[in-house]
Parts: sequence; C-alpha cells; structure tokens
Amino acid sequence: MARPAPRESHLAGTLPASVGGFGRRSLLRGALGVGALGAAGMLTACGDDGGSGSGASAKAGNVKFGINEAKGSGPANERLQAMADAYAKKAGVTVSVNAVDHNTFQESITTYLQGSPDDVFTWFAGYRMAQFAEGGQIADVSDVWPLDGIGDAFKKASTAADGKQYFVPVSYYPWAVFHRKSVFEKNGWTQPTTMDELTELMKEMQGKKMTPFAFAAKDAWAPMGTFDILNMRLNGFDFHMALTKGEKTWDSPEVRNVFSTWKTLLPYHQENSLGRTWQEAATSMAKGECGMYLLGTFVVDGVPTEAQEDLDFFTFPALDQTIGADALDAPIDGFCVASGAQDEEAGKAFITWLASAEAADAANNSASAPFIAANSAASTAKYGELQKKSVEVVQNAKSIAQFLDRDTNADLANTVITASLQEFIKKPDSIDSITTSIQQQAKSILG
Amino acid sequence: MIGIPTVLVVWLVWLPALGSVLLSFTKWNGFKFSAIQWVGTQNYVDIATIYPPFWPAIRHNLIWLFFLFVLPTVLGIVLAVVLDREMWGSRFYQTAFYLPVVLSLALVGFIWQLFYSTDQGLINEVFGSKVDWYGDPDVNLWAVLVATAWRHTGYIMLIYLAGLKGIDASLREAAAVDGASEVKTFFHVIFPVMRPINMIVLVIVVIESLRAFDLVWIVNKGRNGLELISALVSQNVIGEATRYGFGSALAVIMMVISSVFIAIYLRIVFREERR
Repeated sequence: MARPAPRESHLAGTLPASVGGFGRRSLLRGALGVGALGAAGMLTACGDDGGSGSGASAKAGNVKFGINEAKGSGPANERLQAMADAYAKKAGVTVSVNAVDHNTFQESITTYLQGSPDDVFTWFAGYRMAQFAEGGQIADVSDVWPLDGIGDAFKKASTAADGKQYFVPVSYYPWAVFHRKSVFEKNGWTQPTTMDELTELMKEMQGKKMTPFAFAAKDAWAPMGTFDILNMRLNGFDFHMALTKGEKTWDSPEVRNVFSTWKTLLPYHQENSLGRTWQEAATSMAKGECGMYLLGTFVVDGVPTEAQEDLDFFTFPALDQTIGADALDAPIDGFCVASGAQDEEAGKAFITWLASAEAADAANNSASAPFIAANSAASTAKYGELQKKSVEVVQNAKSIAQFLDRDTNADLANTVITASLQEFIKKPDSIDSITTSIQQQAKSILG
Repeated sequence: MIGIPTVLVVWLVWLPALGSVLLSFTKWNGFKFSAIQWVGTQNYVDIATIYPPFWPAIRHNLIWLFFLFVLPTVLGIVLAVVLDREMWGSRFYQTAFYLPVVLSLALVGFIWQLFYSTDQGLINEVFGSKVDWYGDPDVNLWAVLVATAWRHTGYIMLIYLAGLKGIDASLREAAAVDGASEVKTFFHVIFPVMRPINMIVLVIVVIESLRAFDLVWIVNKGRNGLELISALVSQNVIGEATRYGFGSALAVIMMVISSVFIAIYLRIVFREERR
C-alpha cells in the first residue's frame, strides 16, 4: 500500500495547531513535492518527544459537536447529550450538538468531512480512523495523550500508521457468545470452555430440536463477527491483523482453513440467515428457538426486557491450543477532532475531557442504560451484570481487535468482503473461488 | 434567452457526466484532487473480469425491464381502461391503486418487510411456509419485483387514465355506431390514438427499470441476489467505501445503456415530427 497519503499526516502532526486552515493546506501541498521519504523520517523523529503533557494545556472554547445518534433514539443519544451538557456547564462554554441518525452519519462520513464538519465528532477506533488520519481529514491529537485512566490497549487502537494518536476512546463493547441463563439451567447445561464441550453442547441442543446458534446475515457486516473470531482462534491475532492490513492474502491456506472450519459449523447455525436481521436472530434466541448467539453486547437491544436480565455470555473457546482464546473483537467508540475545525484547541480541550472518568460518569448517570467506559477510573455503579462481566472479559483478553470492517480498508470491507461472506453462506462449497475472488479484488483495490 | 437554460444544462448535466467519464479511468478516494491516479481502463477490465456482482446486476436489470413491461404495465393499462368506464366506486379504486405511488419508499420497504420477514412475516405466518423471501437469492428478486409492481401499476394506471380522459368521445361513438365491439374499439381506435401516451409509458418503463434502486437498497443494499447497476454504483461511492473511479466506471456503463434507449426514443419522436 504505497499510497502518498501517509506522508502528509506526518507533516500535519508536526505543524503547530495555530497554523490553521488555508495556510496549512497550501504548505502541505508544497511539501508534498519534497523528497518525502527523508522528510517523513526526520519529522517522526522529532514528533514523538514533543507535547507529552496533559491535555489541560489546550484552552477550552465553544465547540461544535457532531454525534452519530439522533435525538430520541435512546440511551446512546442521552449519554452523548449528557456529556455535552456537563462539559458546557463545567467549562462555561457553548457546545452546539449536531445529532444525526447513526447509519446516516456513517454513510455520509466522507462528504461530512469534506464539507464543514463539526469540531469534534463521534467515530470508531481502528483502520476506519487511521484512514482519515492518513488522508488528513482528522487532526493529530497526540498532545492530549496520555490520558488518565486510559490504558495502553486503547492508546494502540487510537494510533494511526504514523505512530500518532488521532482519536480518544470513550466506550467499547465486546463480541461474545450470548445465551439465556434460564434455558441453560433448565437443561442442565454449563458454559463450554473448550471446543469439544461446545460441540457436545451444540449436538445436545440439536437433540432437543433447538438450533444451536442464532445467525443473521442480511446486514452484511453481521457475519464478519464469526469470521473474526474463527480467524483469531485458528490463525492468531497477529495473522488476523496482518490480513486486515493487506499484508497477508485472502487466498492463503490460513484463510481457506477459516472458511472450511466455518463450513463445518454452518449446520449448527440458523438457516436462511441471509434474509434475517440481527434483531430477528436475537428474538429467536430470546424465544428459546436458538440456544446461543455470537454478537456484540448490543444484543440486549434486540431482546425483550424480561429476557435482558436473563442474558449471559462466554467467549468463544480455543480451536488451537497453541493459539488459545485470549483475543476477541471489542470495537471502541470515541471521538476525533476534524482537521478543518474552526477552533482546534477548543476541540482538543473538549475531547480530553470526553475521555475522562468524569465524562463517562456524567453520561451513565443521566441515561437509561450505561455504556462500558473506556476509562478505568469511571464508576461502575450503573453497570448491570453483563457490563461488569464485559469489563472483566476485555481486561483478561490479551489482544483486542476492532471488527473486520473497522480494521480493514473501507473500500475492501464494504464492497468486497461483505458480498463475499454472503456468497460463502450461500455456497459454502465454493471456498476456493470465493477466496480467490476476494484476493483478486483486494489486490486491485489496495494496489 | 436560450442562453441561461443552456448554461444550466451544460453545468449541471454535461459537465458532471463528462467528469464521471474522466473519473472512470482513475482511482480516487474522493478527498483531494491531487490524489487522483490515472489507471487507464483498469476499472472497466476489473468490472468485467473480477467483480462478481456485475454480470448478475446486468441480468437483473434486464429481468426488471422485461417484468415491468409484461406485468405491471399491462395491468396498469387494463385497470385504467376498466376504471375509465365510470363504474360505481371508480374514484375509490383509483385512489386505492394510486396510493402506493404516494407512499415514501422507506415506508414501502417497511410494509413489505412485514409481509416477507421469514420468521415473523405475514406470508409465512398465514401459509405456514418457511420461504426466506428476502434472503434466498433465487426468490428475493421476484419478491422485490412484486413490491415494485405494486407501485408501478398505480403509476401507469394514472398516466393512462389521464390519456383516456383526453380522448374525444365522438371517436367511441363513431366506433359504436359502426358496430365495433368494445375490445375491437380499444385495439383499433383508442390504442392507436393513444400513441403519444404509449410512447411516454414506454419511456417511463425503460427509465424506471434502469434506475431501479430504492427498494433493493432498502432490502439489503443491493447484495445477494438483488444486484442492480445503480445499487453497485452506490455501494462503491456512498457510505464509507470511496471507490470513486470504480463507481464512475459503473455509472458510465449505466449511462451508455440508457443512451441506447434514449437514442431509439428520440429517433422515433423525430421521425414522427417529420411526418
């Protein structure tokens, strides 16, 4: 991936924030022509030791805050709104909130960033963030790091290819295998810890006319969760990340092995998954038609209230003892400062606060449902059992991936992998041709 | 005074179209002009050779065109002829058939989701079937076509009805006096007189089937059996994917196909005028 973009972000990182707007852009244009290799090396060398102080140095000011949860859309909006209000009150500034529907926000992100984006906006960690850092659409915020209470794993996830941070985390949610406690109790089942136990459990469920795994693939991202976990269990976290970065090929024996393992598991999954939304799959688990469901903790939004209390989860067991089961998907949500921000300093001051325990508490105290705060100092008083367990599971995990479509080049993830996973579910026998096709397209896209 | 419209058309239609053609030979992420890379015909070669959804999309667009002609268009015309006879309650029927056209597409998608959902949908519930209407790639195109027909029929009906109202009553009377049956009157008198309307309907059907997009997008973003050229264009340029060059190449292909139909249409119209 020898794209010219990364060079610019090196430059952007070293320029003082006060060199804003037009001046900075034209500077960059000019600098592009310079032998970029040498310049980049030199600039990174002096970039890291500067500004490692706390973000308190950034001056608070009025900010425009773009959030990806529409007004009235539920707890997620309440939390963001509460954080905005609390900050406005504390810092004595105006925070103008621009609330947009979640999917609309995501789908219009490129046009949003090219137009006049809000100073600070909600976004995701991982490649999805790094891609905008490379393109220079989001501002380097490495000077607000380190942040109190935010661990190294989060810092890694907030870092772009140039080694600088462009993101601050606020919350996360792990992917795991969910089930109803009451169903397991009634049948005398326990949570499996090995693949053998899981296989046995699945067979027993089938014996009781229950589909072991609920499964939905109408939303093309949903089956990515299964791919991720199988890849991390069979080939390890490092291979998974290398694959998402395009350093490993999709037609490699390792990836084919993931698909053939998935193929052996498909008979234990709900049929007709391509026409089913994850909400419908969650409902069938809640009804007891399916025993388990591999999904993010947002699964609780898809089940009726009485079933929410009854949910429990376990992490997918190891498939290869040498690799173990210490990696999982736990996508991180957080904030970025737009490059074109009217007041970058104010934006930085705001995101520094947003990553604090105080902000997380403000959010969780005034919303009907809490998020799992990225800040380890945040209060867990509002957490239910699921959240408490999620914290534990994520803390015990050695490696955390974001999610296939958050870790991978967006073009590849959204136009190729989505369709290919659905194709695999349709025709599990054509693994070779599907993986070959992904690789051909990956090669063309990643160049 | 022709200047202003010309400028507008050039600015809003021709320049963007030309821009798409140029972009289709490049690779671009849509952010900086400096990032545009010239790749020659690579996008077109990729589309035809290694992009699996392309050929299904072409096939689906053709099926769409054929289906719209055979079923909803004919049905719309029949309904228009029947409702034109001022029978009792014809106003009510007109409204009922036209209603789907007025509804927003988001709502149409939602309504049909209630019918088609595999586990909780009306159709499977009533007939006790287990058909995966939206998910099974052999079935979902037809399921969506039925939903489209539901809208399209009312649309064609209204256009045709408006045309029928404009026909001189003396033509029918003359035919009746000559002893022609109703069916004969329609095919030999009314239908030929309706030629301009027929032309419009023809063009509408072609355009509708080429730009068919909204319903498949609502159902599953045009994947898994519902590939259409328009949906592929959107997949590549809307949302987080920013394959502007590739998407433009798909758009150009769509433009070329529509130009063929438009050329045929214009030829017919001009020939008519010359007469």
